[in-house]
Amino acid sequence: MNGDPYEIAAPLTVAELLQRLEIDARRVAVEHNLVVLKRDAFDRTAIGDGDEIEIVNFVGGG
Amino acid sequence: MDTFTIAGKTFSSRLIVGTGKYSSPPVMVRAHEASGADMITVAVRRVNLDRTTESLLDYIDTSKYFILPNTAGCYTADEAIRTARLGREVGLSNWVKLEVIGDEKTLFPDNEALLDATRVLAKEGFVVLPYTNDDPIACRKLEDAGAAAVMPLGAPIGSGLGIQNVNNIRIIREFARVPVIVDAGVGTASDAALAMELGADGVLMNTAIAGAQDPVAMAEAMKLAVRAGRLAFLAGRIPRKMYANASSPVEGLVGR
Repeated sequence: MNGDPYEIAAPLTVAELLQRLEIDARRVAVEHNLVVLKRDAFDRTAIGDGDEIEIVNFVGGG
Repeated sequence: MDTFTIAGKTFSSRLIVGTGKYSSPPVMVRAHEASGADMITVAVRRVNLDRTTESLLDYIDTSKYFILPNTAGCYTADEAIRTARLGREVGLSNWVKLEVIGDEKTLFPDNEALLDATRVLAKEGFVVLPYTNDDPIACRKLEDAGAAAVMPLGAPIGSGLGIQNVNNIRIIREFARVPVIVDAGVGTASDAALAMELGADGVLMNTAIAGAQDPVAMAEAMKLAVRAGRLAFLAGRIPRKMYANASSPVEGLVGR
């Protein structure tokens, strides 16, 4: 996740992962194995062993 | 009222401002207000999982400001495309300030990669605003590739050098059929005014405001400069002449 290993005990969905991380799903975008997810897919996208997840948000920039 | 329109969206201010490098979020908020801008740029980055930083969006009223996500820091077309897609899924804008950087020291654009990324993203329905060299031919190619506006640099990003190639900006404006926004290089208010006097449709800046000793005052200065430069452009300046031309009557002088 975001370039670092992240351990999960059992498979979970993107929505569940965000909840666990206390991240407001309305303010981020998520990429799952290089596929950018629509927000309404967070609930039904399962994360398994070896998957790559990127979670991004807006930060200051020019 | 003098408004400007990109891809069918009309803005009342011709000044676009960034959100980077401010000393604190409250200073940024006040600078944004003072700038009168209604479009602001943001960067797309991995979330900070340790929660030590606050969310930028806590400080931006998205009902008031239009968000322009950028692809700053991307060095390939693929990276920029990926970042643009992520920025779109945050859900506030399908616009992108497209940057594909070619060199770390100058942050000059890689125009070949920029052109490729512009083509791909325009086809995907993005409103693409590419940050480009001050090259009229490059700008024309970007326009042909689907750019909704072109954003030639005045000088390297964050350099504050002002507009280095005045004539090219003028020619870009003459050639372009889309809005021209001078992006990067502005150091102070006169640089912004000059960009507008040359006929630019808008100016985008970050460091010139955020890095000023008083960012809020500089933001107001930039608002006035962009407005002044625009009015001067519309008013039509006098031609430059080599010698003097008296303003007062040459007849009726005392004692002659």
